[in-house]
This record gives sequence, structure tokens and C-alpha cells, in this order.
Amino acid sequence: MTAPAAHLQQTALNSVHRRMGARMVPFGGWDMPVEYSGVIPEHLAVRRAAGLFDVSHMGELDIRGPQALDLVQWVCCNDANRLAIGQAQYSGLMTEHGAFVDDLLVHKLANDHYWLVVNAANTDADCAHIQAHNRFDAQVTNASARYAQLALQGPRALEILQPLTATPLAAIQYYWFAHGQVLGVDAIIARTGYTGEDGFELYFNPRHAERLWTAILAAGEGAGPIACGLGARNTLRLEAGMALYGHEIDAATTPWEANLGWICKMSKPGFLGQERLEAAKANPPARRLVGFEMTEPGIARDGYPILGGGDGSPDAAAIGRVTSGSPAPFLGKNIGMAYVPPTAAQPGTQLKIGIRQRTVAAVVTPLPFYRRGKGGGTAARPAGR
Amino acid sequence: MASYPSQYRYTKEHEWISAEGGRGTVGITDYAQQQLGDVVYVEMPKTGAEVKSAQAFGTVESVKAVSEIFSPVSGTVEEVNPDLTAAPELINQDPHRRGWLVKVQLANPAELDSLMSAAEYEQFIAAQRHD
Repeated sequence: MTAPAAHLQQTALNSVHRRMGARMVPFGGWDMPVEYSGVIPEHLAVRRAAGLFDVSHMGELDIRGPQALDLVQWVCCNDANRLAIGQAQYSGLMTEHGAFVDDLLVHKLANDHYWLVVNAANTDADCAHIQAHNRFDAQVTNASARYAQLALQGPRALEILQPLTATPLAAIQYYWFAHGQVLGVDAIIARTGYTGEDGFELYFNPRHAERLWTAILAAGEGAGPIACGLGARNTLRLEAGMALYGHEIDAATTPWEANLGWICKMSKPGFLGQERLEAAKANPPARRLVGFEMTEPGIARDGYPILGGGDGSPDAAAIGRVTSGSPAPFLGKNIGMAYVPPTAAQPGTQLKIGIRQRTVAAVVTPLPFYRRGKGGGTAARPAGR
Repeated sequence: MASYPSQYRYTKEHEWISAEGGRGTVGITDYAQQQLGDVVYVEMPKTGAEVKSAQAFGTVESVKAVSEIFSPVSGTVEEVNPDLTAAPELINQDPHRRGWLVKVQLANPAELDSLMSAAEYEQFIAAQRHD
């Protein structure tokens, strides 16, 4: 097995992943497992039962002080004032121009303590950005080294995790969290995730990472979770229509064009980029993020052109780009998201996508592609495989 | 781990060719399919297409990645594995036999001499694993 490249950071579970035979890849400056048994079985395990992910590469930023809320409100577009202690919120960290420095989860730990979970590759830049705009009585620290993060995701997540903790998990609502212990280890237990399934994300001291990883994998009485890598995490979030920084959103994307207007609370007191966002909202965006499904054989990958005008030949001018594209293992289709002109954004619109030398047909479909049913069932029909 | 048939020849891009009587069967190696993961889609040239040594002639895709396939030899495609459309996973399950990609009429059988033997290929991938 290849040794990790020297410049890559490693989670506390790096040697465990290697011992388990995971295929390792560089991701966001980290040496991370992309798959263990395979993207498809891992994806299906999360949809049907449960999967366990090491996502310790994610960054954690601590914001403390009498004006912690004011600072969070200034740099983020969602309204953190609506959070109760123990509640989490999806939000955007904004530039002065109303574009994304990052997307993140804001957790309210106390009136004077907020805790942000951010994308691994952006952690340092996020921290510097918040510090640069900190004119409040609040301190920002990068606490990432203090936390390992495991994500247990899938309809069986609760029953698998419950025997390992005294915290009543059913009492934690979606996008809420509790302080508790898992196998005697102090942890933040959050009912959050990035898969479109029910599940929990656990944050705790990295020195306990191997014990918790091993114990959770062994839980569930033989029908427990399987180890999952970033490959399945990506296909799961894509089926669920969730944005990935660097793909659907970046420092040149506004929330309006990315279907993220719902995290942008224009009525709250001033925040970075608010004026630009107000101005941008007055005009319809020049492009929109849409979901699509291939209607001919072929897989549209990230960056492939949406062809328009003329004959739709591979040489025709690109009117848009695929931001994420992949087979959807549960739905059994080839899907993706792309930016297209508003005139091509209506569900049912036929698209032509340039796949290397070929032009392949696709159709705009509503997002998300997959939505889990209430009570742990599944609304979408599983693929016949 | 699957063994690498000694009568096959191998490329640095992880294709194999099994040649006999001026015809060659081409596929990707066990190492290549392991690196790629579960194959979900295969795009091959049509029968009659010309392929050139060391030039890409098709793609094999996993959920995660697209891998270009480079022809070990120059020649004309005589047959494309018809089973791969419905069952691309044959490439994972049996990369050196039932997961073959194309059969090629060789334009220049001497090109085979520049390819690696099984022993050389196994050394080559062992070195890649320890990079």
C-alpha cells in the first residue's frame, strides 16, 4: 500500500483506514479514504441501513465572547439569532461581494459561544476571513485539531448508536445537538449529515477516534454500519441535491443562483455582502443551478459543457457547465447539477451535454433527486440492482 | 489477487493484450480495475475503427472516475465485447478474461515486443505501490 504523501494532513484514523484496506486519495489537503468495499455498496448501505464516515478533516472554528453572536451575524448570511442553545443551522460565510467564502454549519453552544463546522480545505481561509472582519468583542480560534468527527448516517443510525450512549437520541431533533458521552467519551452529538438520510455527527477528542470508530462499526448486532469513504459521501449528497463548495458554490457564486436564497435572511441586521446581494436580487440571475438526469447513455462529469444554440454539436458554444455529475447508485440513473441560463432552467427542458467527443441528451429535473420518506422509509424507488 | 497471465503482454497504462495469429484481445489489468473501483460504464469504438498504439481509444468509468484506455497496438477493431453494455462489472469480476474490451487485427505485430511481460508488469506495479 502506498504511503501517504508527506504534505497531506492525516486524521487520527489514517492508519486504521490503511489497515482496513481503504483506497486513499488526497482531498482538501488531507489523505482521506475514498472507498472501502466500493462506492456503490457503501452508498446503498447508507440509504438502506447505515454507514460510518471519518470526516475528521472538516474544520471547527470557535467563536466566543459577549459579542460572539454579532460576529456570526456579520459574517454569515443566515440568521443565527433564530438559534436556540443546542441548535444548528446551515449557513454561508460571505464575501463583501455577497459570494461564498464557504458554506458551513453554525452551532449555538451558549449565548456567548458559537461553533462553526467548515470545509477542510477552507478552514484556514475561513478563520482568517472572520478574524479580518472581527470588529466585535469576540475571539475566533481554529479548534480543528481538538476534534475528530465521525458521521453515522442511514435509517438505522439511531438504533445502532443508542446502546453506546445514555443520551436519549430520539429526543435530539433534526439540526439539533446534545452534549453527551459515547462509550464514556465526551462528545457533541448532532443530528446532522450530508447524505440525505437521518443520522448523527459526533465530535470528540481525536485520541478516542480509533476506539469509537471500531466500536460503532461493531455495533448493530451484526447488521451494523459499514465503513464508508468520501466517494459515497459525494454520491449521497449529490442525490440529495446538496451543494459542495468548489463545485456548486464558490467565491463567484451568489446564493440566488445556487438555490440557496433560503439561507440568506435579508431582513436581519447588516451582514457582509448584504447590499450586493440586495442589488443582485433585484435582477434575475444570469444563470441558475439545476438538476439534470441523462436520457441517453453517458455520465456527465464535473466541468463538462452544457451545449446550446445552433446544432448542439460538440463544437457548439457552451451555455453552462456541469458542477457535479455522477451515476446515482440508489436511483440507478446518471445525474448531475449544472449552471444554465434561466431560459433552460425549467424542469423538463432538454439539455445537450458535451461528453468528450459526443453530445449526449439530458433533461432538467427538480431538486433534490432523492428525498427520504418520513419515519425512516424511502420516498424514492430503489434501483433494481 | 488475480495473477497476470504469462502469455499476455502489458502496458504502463495498465492494459493487457493477448495476441495470436495476427489478432489481439485487449483489456485492462486487475491492478487497473482495483484502482478504478466498480465499473459502471464503458465506451468503446465501433467495429472497423482504427486504433493506434499508445493512443486513447475508449473509456472505462467507475462511479468516481473516468479512465481512458490506451491501445497496446495499432490495428483495426474487429469485435467489441457485447456483454459489457449490460454487465460492465465483468471488468471488475474477471478483468483478464470475460472482462475483455476489444479484439484487434494487428497492423504491426512487432509492436508486441515493446510491451512488458507479466513478470515485468508485476515489478512495475509493485514499484508504483511503493512510490
